[in-house]
Amino acid sequence: MIARVIVTPKPVVNDPQGITVKQGLATLGFREVSDVRVGKYIEVNLEAETEHEARSRVEAMCKQLLANHVIEDYRFEIDMDGHKRR
Amino acid sequence: MRSIWTVTSADEWPDPGGPCIFAAWAAGPLVKFGVVVFPGTWSDRDCGWVIDQVLGAELQYLWHKDADLKGCDCVILPGGFAYGDYLRTGAIARFAPVMEKIADFADRGGLVWGICNGFQVLCEAGLLPGALIRNSSLEFRCQWTNLVVERTDLPYTSQCGEREVIRVPISHGEGNYFADPATLSRLEQRGQVVFRYCDAGGRVTNSANPNGSMHNIAGIVNARGNVLGMMPHPERCAEVELGGTDGLKLFRSVAESAMKVLVS
Repeated sequence: MIARVIVTPKPVVNDPQGITVKQGLATLGFREVSDVRVGKYIEVNLEAETEHEARSRVEAMCKQLLANHVIEDYRFEIDMDGHKRR
Repeated sequence: MRSIWTVTSADEWPDPGGPCIFAAWAAGPLVKFGVVVFPGTWSDRDCGWVIDQVLGAELQYLWHKDADLKGCDCVILPGGFAYGDYLRTGAIARFAPVMEKIADFADRGGLVWGICNGFQVLCEAGLLPGALIRNSSLEFRCQWTNLVVERTDLPYTSQCGEREVIRVPISHGEGNYFADPATLSRLEQRGQVVFRYCDAGGRVTNSANPNGSMHNIAGIVNARGNVLGMMPHPERCAEVELGGTDGLKLFRSVAESAMKVLVS
């Protein structure tokens, strides 16, 4: 199965990359854009007996390594039928 | 057994620009500095040069796979891009075998000094609070900065004057210090901010802040005062040939403090 993890800067953390991308979009004419946050997308291929087990393992991965709780939030979805992409 | 050579004043230290820097160390080196080398570390040799060629102290490089600190009195985590800064700066380095020993050493009150990438590693490892994020300018900044020294009672700053302004270069893309409001106010209340970016006159201003750090923070210490993290590079301003010697004051401070421990 595949865990799709999204890590984003916390709302209170200034995100200079997001601000710069927002300015770039405004320059291109996308005036409707009010905010941009730049984060990370991480795909984790893993083995687990159940979705519950996979969730608790991925949660632990996020806490211990994939996200820094001081500056980042994370969320993820588990795709039970996901296959490793090459 | 180590020989003991006591220092009574800063004037007795070898002059960094002097012709015979080893003369004063005839009694042999006393303080042993460990410099940690991760794959991707780049300031290890600069730190090593200051320690054994300028300061005349004992130098021991510590490979990231070492599970032994080899009797070092002060362990330096130098600048660079440990493990390529993959995922986040310092995120992977904190799992290196040597880091477990460094955490134990810090717990026992040992001197652990993170410079630039080393500061980032110490934050990731939880040995210091907060995090270093992308510079607010999004630029990699390589320039001289002025720092006001806010603590002179530490093993790292005892050779600095009260609120002295020292000139030390920075070289980083992610040195923007961030901490949540509660952590930040705790740091300020406990006096854990050691260095703040300032102008040449010691004024802490927005224009003197090169990276957007909260409260102009350039360096902090843990509550106990033995773990220091700083973004500027003191090892790059320890000889007159490099345009300044203020960084040497910090190395001398550590050497003197470690000697006090040995002597007492």
